[in-house]
Amino acid sequence: MSEPILEVQDLRLHYLTRFGEKIHAVDGVTFELKKGEILGIAGESGCGKTTLVSGLLGLYIPPLHHTSGDVRIEGKSIIGMGVERNRKEVLGQKIAMIPQGALNSLNPTRKVKDLATDMILAHEEGADRKVVYDRLRERFGRIGLDAEHVLNSYPVALPAGTKQRVVIGISTLMNPKVVIADEPTSALDVSTQKAVIRLLFELLDQGIVSSMLFITHELPLLRHVSSRIAVMYAGEFVEHGTTEQVIFDGRQPYTRALMGSMLSAEPGQKSKKPIAIEGAPPNLAKPIAGCRFAERCPVARLDCPTTKQVLRIVEGREVRCKYAESTPQTVGNMGAGST
Amino acid sequence: MFKGLLKSPAFLFGAGLFVLTLLVAFVAPVFMNLDAKTRVGLAYVAPSSAHWLGTDHLGLDMLSRLVAGLRSSLYVGFLAGIVATIVGTLIGVYGGYKGGLLDDILTVLTNLFLVIPQLIVLILLSASLQEGRSRTLIALIIGMTGWTWSARAVRAQASTLRSRDHVSLARINGYSTLGIVVLHILPYLLSYVFMVFILQTAIAILSEATISLLGLGPYDSVSLGTILNDAIKSEALLDGAWWAFFPPMILVTVIAFSLYVVNTAMEGVFNPRLRK
Amino acid sequence: MSDLKFEAKDLSRTFGHGKRLVTAVDRVSFSIKDREIVSLVGQSGCGKTVLAKMLLRLEAPSSGELLFDGKPIGGVPDPRQHWRKVQAVFQDPFSAFNQFFTIRSQLKGSFTLFETKPSDKEMEERVDQALLAVNIKPKEIEGKYPFELSGGQMQRMLLARIFILRPQVLIADEPTSMVDACSRASILEYLMKLKQELSMTIVFVTHDIGLAYYVSDSIFIMHAGKIVEQGPPDDVTQRPKSEFTKKLLDDIPNVHRTWIDRTTAA
Repeated sequence: MSEPILEVQDLRLHYLTRFGEKIHAVDGVTFELKKGEILGIAGESGCGKTTLVSGLLGLYIPPLHHTSGDVRIEGKSIIGMGVERNRKEVLGQKIAMIPQGALNSLNPTRKVKDLATDMILAHEEGADRKVVYDRLRERFGRIGLDAEHVLNSYPVALPAGTKQRVVIGISTLMNPKVVIADEPTSALDVSTQKAVIRLLFELLDQGIVSSMLFITHELPLLRHVSSRIAVMYAGEFVEHGTTEQVIFDGRQPYTRALMGSMLSAEPGQKSKKPIAIEGAPPNLAKPIAGCRFAERCPVARLDCPTTKQVLRIVEGREVRCKYAESTPQTVGNMGAGST
Repeated sequence: MFKGLLKSPAFLFGAGLFVLTLLVAFVAPVFMNLDAKTRVGLAYVAPSSAHWLGTDHLGLDMLSRLVAGLRSSLYVGFLAGIVATIVGTLIGVYGGYKGGLLDDILTVLTNLFLVIPQLIVLILLSASLQEGRSRTLIALIIGMTGWTWSARAVRAQASTLRSRDHVSLARINGYSTLGIVVLHILPYLLSYVFMVFILQTAIAILSEATISLLGLGPYDSVSLGTILNDAIKSEALLDGAWWAFFPPMILVTVIAFSLYVVNTAMEGVFNPRLRK
Repeated sequence: MSDLKFEAKDLSRTFGHGKRLVTAVDRVSFSIKDREIVSLVGQSGCGKTVLAKMLLRLEAPSSGELLFDGKPIGGVPDPRQHWRKVQAVFQDPFSAFNQFFTIRSQLKGSFTLFETKPSDKEMEERVDQALLAVNIKPKEIEGKYPFELSGGQMQRMLLARIFILRPQVLIADEPTSMVDACSRASILEYLMKLKQELSMTIVFVTHDIGLAYYVSDSIFIMHAGKIVEQGPPDDVTQRPKSEFTKKLLDDIPNVHRTWIDRTTAA
C-alpha cells in the first residue's frame, strides 16, 4: 500500500587503494524501507556496513566510488549528484546519520550552540544564525534536554548520554525521511542506552523522522529495536527477514553463528557454550567464486567454495545459502574451519 | 605523517625560507668572493655594484661580514638548541613519567630557572668571562639557561603517556624506570621533541643576538648580533648607514620567523585537534 | 594457610585532594579464593579498572587493607615479585604493545621479569611454544610489527605472553570487548585452557554481565566505587538484593524478555 521511502537496488560500491586495487566493499545490496519501519543491519567489523552507510548518504568521496546500482529516497535517485548538490539537497534533509561519539572529536573550545549552528549552516548556507539557534532550542527541548543549559555548555562538561541526545537532535533537525543510526549506543552504559533508544522510538512515533536504519553488532539490541533484520557479511546480505525469523530461526550458518555467540545472563544459558568461528572475512579485492562464508562455515559442503550463492526465499525470508533448508539448529564447534 | 608536512603550505614556506638562509650562509661563499677580513674601502660606503651592502665601520665588505655572521649565529643557535632540548627533554621526561616527589623536585628546579631572567644570567655569565667568550661557550650558556621551555613541554607529553597500556605492560614486565623511559616513552615523543628543538633553536638565535647586541657576545667571531652591536656603537644610523643596521636585524628576524612557522606547521600536522 | 588469593578490607583509592577529591574505589571488602573465576562487573567509571590495577599493584591503596596470599600487597619493596605471580591482559591489544618494536621482541621482553633470565636459545624456544599454544605459527609473526597483524592475532599475543610468564593470577581487563562476536568464544576458550594448565585464579573486569554470568564462579557488581552486590552468578542475576543490580538487569536488552514498552504514548 505505502510506497517505500528508501529503495536500494543492487548497490555496489568499491574503494580504490593506493596500489590501484579495487575493494568491493558493498557487492550487491537490495532492500526497502517503508514509513515507520526500523530495519536492523547486523554485522561485524569488515562486513561493509560503514561503506554502505556512506553510500546511502550519497557521500561518494574518493577513495569511495559508486560501481553500480541505485539509491532512491521518495522515488528520487541520489546517485550521481556530486558532493555540492548532495550536501544541499540530500544530506541532513532527506537522509541523515547519527554517528557514534560525534561530540567527542570536535573542537573542545567551542560551545555546543556554535558547533551545532556550524553543522546546520554547512547544509543551509546563508541561513540566519538566530533562526537556527531558535530551532535548535525548540528541538532540544522537545527531546528532553534542558536546551538553554546544553546549548551554552562545552561538550566536555556534558555527560555521554546528553551528548548523544544532542547529536541526535542536531542530526534530525531537518526532519529527515530516513535516519541511519550507526552504533548509536555502543559507548554508552546500559541505562543511558535504554534512554537513548527510547528517544529514537519517540522520534519515529512522533513523525519527526519517517524511517530508520539501525546498524549494530549487538544482537539483543536489534531484537528489541527493529522489525526486520538484514545480516551482512563480506559486502552482501546473507539473510534478510523479520526479527523473529532471523534471531530465533536463522537459516544461514553465519546468522546461526552470530546468534550462537551471544552471551546473556539468563538461566540455562550457562551451559550453552558460545560458538567460536575462527578466521576472518575474505579479502574483497579478489573476485570470490563461491560462498564467501565457506572457508569459515562449520557446515560447509564440498561444493560451497565454488558455487556462487544467491539470495533466495526460504521459509518466508531471504537467505544466501544453497543448503539453507538443512542448516542444523546449532552451528559451530563442529570441527570445520580454516585452520 | 611526513607527507602531511609536505602538503602544508606553512611548512613549505617556513622550511623554504630557512633553507634559503642556510644556502646563503654555507653555499654562497663557495661561489662568491666573500672576504670579511680585508679592508675594501672607507667606513660606511653606500651599497654599490661592487659591494652590494656597502662597507661597515671598519671599511670591510658588509655582505661578507653578514654572511660570516649568519654562519656564527646559526652555529650558536643550533648548538644551544641541541643543549637546551637534551637537558629539557631529560628533565621533562623523567618528571613527567615518574610523577610524585621526583616530579615535584624537577618542577621546582624548572620554575627556578624559569623565574630567573635568562637575560640577566647570560649577561652576568658573559660579563665574567671576558676573554674566554668563544661561540661554543656562549652557545652552551644559552642552552643551559634556556631549557625550561622544553622541559615543561616534554613533561606534559610524558605524563599523558604514563597511563598508556603499553607502559603498564612494560611495568608488569619488570622493566626499570630507565628502560621504560628509553624504550616506551621517548620513541613516542620523538616527533614532539623534534618540534621542540626547532623552537628552542629559534629562541637561542634570538638570545644570542640579544646578548651580542649588548656587547657580551662571542669575542672571537662575528655574529649577526655583534654586527648590530658594532652598528650601534659606531652610530651607523646617525650616519645614515642603514645597510650596517637593518640587514642583520632583518636576517635575525627572518631566521627566527621561519623556524616559528615551521614549528607551528608541525604542531598542526602532529596534533590535528589544533586544526580548526 | 588460607586458600584466599586476595583479601580486601575497607579498601579505598582516591585521587586529588580537597574539593577535587575523587573516590574511585570506596571502602570495598571482598575475598577471592585460589583458582576461582571472579568478575568485576560495572559500567564505565564505576571503579572496576582502578580496583583491578590495585590487585595488579599498579595503583597503591589510599586506605584500607589489600592482602595477596595473606600478605599486604605493598609490603615487599620490589614489585616484580608480585608481577611474577599476578599478570594481566588488556582490552586493546594494539595499545597494549609498543608500536616501535617487533612483536616477537616484545614477547621476549617479558623475560625481563624473570629472576634469572634463561639462555637466549631457551627464550626463543619458549616464545615459540607460547605462540603454538595460541595457534600461531612462529613464522607468521617473524619480523612483524604490531600494526602488521590483525586484531585477532594481536589479542592472542597478549595471551601468548601469559603462557610465557605462567602467573598464578590473571587480571583480564575487558578481554573480549574489542573482539568480534564470532571470535569472542575462542578468546574465552584460550583463557579457560590457560586456567586449566596453570591452575590460575582469574579476575575478569567487564561491563558485560552476560559474559560474567557465563564464565564466573562469583560476580562482584560495582557502582560508584562500591561493590553493591556479590555472589554466585545465579544469585546475582536471579535474586539480586541491591536496587542498583535490579535496575541494571532490567535495563539490559535481553533476547527473551520485553525491554522497552513502546505502546505507552510519548
